[in-house]
Amino acid sequence: MALSVLKKFLTVIPTLIGASLIAFALIRMVPGDPVTNLLGERGGDPAVVAEMNQKLGLDKPAWEQYFIFIKNACVGDMGTSIVSKRPVSEEFWSRFPATLELSVVSMVWALVLGLPFGILAALKRNSVLDYAVIGTSLIGYSMPIFWWGLILVIFFSVNLGWFPVSGRIGIEYDLVSKTGFLLIDSWFGEGGFLAFKSAVKHLVLPALVLGTIPLAVIARMTRSSLLEVLGEDFVRTAKAKGLSHYRVVIIHALRNALIPIVTVFGLLFGSLLTGAILTETIFSWPGVGRWLVKSVEARDYPVIQGGVLYIASMVVLLNLVIDFMYMWVYPKMRSK
Amino acid sequence: MNRIFAILAVLMVFSQAQAAKTFVYCSEGSPSSFNPQLATDGPTFNASSHTVYNQLVQFKTGSTEVEPGLAESWVISKDGLTFTFKLRKGVKFHSSESFKPTREFNADDVLFSVNRQRETTHPYAKVSGGSYEYFQGMEMGKIIKDVKKVDEHTVQFILAQKEAPFLANLAMDFASILSAEYGDVMLKAKTPEKMDTAPIGTGPFVFKSYQKDTIIRYSANETYWKGKPAIENLIFSITPDASVRYQKLKAGECNLIAEPSPADLPAMKGNNKLQVFEKEGLNIGYLALNTEKPPFDKQLVRQAIMHALNRGAYIDAIYMGRATLAKNPIPPSIWSYNNSTQDYDYNIEKAKELLKKAGYPNGFETEMWTLPVSRPYNPSGKKMGEMMQADLAKVGIKVKLVTYDWPTYLEKSKKGEHQMIQMGWTGDNGDPDNFFNVLLGCSAVKAGSNLARWCFKPFNDLVQKAKQTTDIKQRTAFYMKAQDIFKSEAPWATLAHARVYRALSGNVTGYQIHPFGTENFEKVDIK
Repeated sequence: MALSVLKKFLTVIPTLIGASLIAFALIRMVPGDPVTNLLGERGGDPAVVAEMNQKLGLDKPAWEQYFIFIKNACVGDMGTSIVSKRPVSEEFWSRFPATLELSVVSMVWALVLGLPFGILAALKRNSVLDYAVIGTSLIGYSMPIFWWGLILVIFFSVNLGWFPVSGRIGIEYDLVSKTGFLLIDSWFGEGGFLAFKSAVKHLVLPALVLGTIPLAVIARMTRSSLLEVLGEDFVRTAKAKGLSHYRVVIIHALRNALIPIVTVFGLLFGSLLTGAILTETIFSWPGVGRWLVKSVEARDYPVIQGGVLYIASMVVLLNLVIDFMYMWVYPKMRSK
Repeated sequence: MNRIFAILAVLMVFSQAQAAKTFVYCSEGSPSSFNPQLATDGPTFNASSHTVYNQLVQFKTGSTEVEPGLAESWVISKDGLTFTFKLRKGVKFHSSESFKPTREFNADDVLFSVNRQRETTHPYAKVSGGSYEYFQGMEMGKIIKDVKKVDEHTVQFILAQKEAPFLANLAMDFASILSAEYGDVMLKAKTPEKMDTAPIGTGPFVFKSYQKDTIIRYSANETYWKGKPAIENLIFSITPDASVRYQKLKAGECNLIAEPSPADLPAMKGNNKLQVFEKEGLNIGYLALNTEKPPFDKQLVRQAIMHALNRGAYIDAIYMGRATLAKNPIPPSIWSYNNSTQDYDYNIEKAKELLKKAGYPNGFETEMWTLPVSRPYNPSGKKMGEMMQADLAKVGIKVKLVTYDWPTYLEKSKKGEHQMIQMGWTGDNGDPDNFFNVLLGCSAVKAGSNLARWCFKPFNDLVQKAKQTTDIKQRTAFYMKAQDIFKSEAPWATLAHARVYRALSGNVTGYQIHPFGTENFEKVDIK
């Protein structure tokens, strides 16, 4: 067991080197450079542009730039953003809690609704409920996020006035952010319960929108996976042994059906962490997705390579956790 | 029990805060810095140079006219090479938790602000990345030979060359005046970058806090030299999507929204709870023909294209009527605009005739690059490209539409890889030189902003002469002539001067749109 954990940890290193190399190379292969972009329609005297490139270290050969980046990254220095002139690590960590908070809440509601609906649909196969779950999840899965977000905003925020249109907390609360997670900061901050309530209200619609696709995927995955397991021999054996319906479904079938669901959960959560760009744009959510996209548009090389390396590390870490969860769900994996 | 008291206290503070006038501006993007010297983007300028800072001279609200700012008056030497500014006395810098100014604004602050961008040995030159794109882009490093402190309240700029637009340049965002004393304190505290993240200025609003990509807070400057602003609290609520900004305005979450989507304007105008302001923009949208490449090196071909394009139709279809047809490279609101220029009419027969004369009786095949981003001067490059393609097909010119993402578009066009290209410009300082020289001058070919790559000596000579005299009458005469040459040489198809729009809640008073498209909240109030 300890050896397999260590092996898994060792596989992380080449993955991260690969991710950093791809991010570094891809953005440099795309035409356009940060200085030209900063100068915009104005253009710039070639001597001035050359001087600016030299200041930014962009005049060095690409391989040298990569090694400087890796050398600095090893000691936690991801470089400085060309646009904001602030350290990439500071820029990333000031935005990541917003992304994580939104992703966690979205995944929680996707799980809380997706799992039971998937189980119910599988147990009541071919019933009205089953068709309703399949149909709704298909709609949820194919929903254009931007449209869905705006519809919710127009209905719940503008017409009914139940939720704010965008932002993370009411403008009346000037919180000193300690953790970056506003649900926590507002609860312990001077705004008290009212500030917390405001943070929750701001979180409802974005989480609803962001959780829609994971919810649909989880519900459908749970249903199909459980149906498959319910047809297996060991379930028939369990039933034949005279075990209660509850025990057969929850203890025997569901535990086995969970394996593909855990995989999908990991992939979905990983994709949410890489940035829910559309949701962040609609709800003016200050997360890493929007920040990274803006940086690509601006060819802000240090932000792209640093940001990608951070996110790749998160996703790799998450996958490790998922792998360990397999071992817990599926004991056979422990010996592998 | 403590919790209940805390809630009550918050409620009381909040009700007081509500009593204080709070103005919420829903802006389109995050500032890249709070030091306008380091930036080139509108969101940074709105969040810093017009709120926290002042400049030596400034643009009169809503116009391009230069008026005294932190300098009360100025004298220009006869040879046009020395500008002497008398500085305003009694101007106080803001205070913050980490800085309490011990002195008022003086000549040291001006020297500090200019030299940080000019001298590579300045202690702040390399702070926060140390690249000053705007200062360098305007060639201020070349123009300024020296800056001298004559006395506490007098500074002198010695120029290396005659530069008529110099005064207007000093009203621009990058010329904001920072506190030298704050610089010293932060340097001693070993936190020099704080100068660019927690700004201290002399402007109408005091910076309070910034939550990244979400909210910027300011409070009114009680000791502002022009008098305390009417609103107590100013909040920038960063909302990148235009349709969401509109929903926020409707929901009462904003008092003013940046850059409303043209598609939403009719509904906004029909809503009696909202106000829509509009103003002639200081911009030009154009189609540049690469005069270095055949067949666009032939004047007759360029003129044929001018006649072939039904430009009036673009104003209706692309700008939805919210623009005026452009015939000169500068908008009519800029002095020296030549109203008597003869524009090209839409005339297919004439276009065919000109093509025949030029040796292309059956037309030719070419490429047109369509603008990949939506800009006030051209909201939809692709649609416009399709309309132009159809127009040019009628005279036998087969056009292939091409586009790239914005940074690529900029880089490739700078190298002159294009044949025909859509582009545009929004003026920086209201000076005609900022259009004629930056977009059509010979030196701009090298810099990459002259996309027609048109270096025409008679035109360039006039523009350079106009740059070197401060007599407005004489300058106007040079520019008028230059516009006639431009029109007959036809390096661009001038398309449109788009109007600028802002939407506000009904209770806002005192707001004026600035022709540069930036915001100023000094005189804004809420009824």
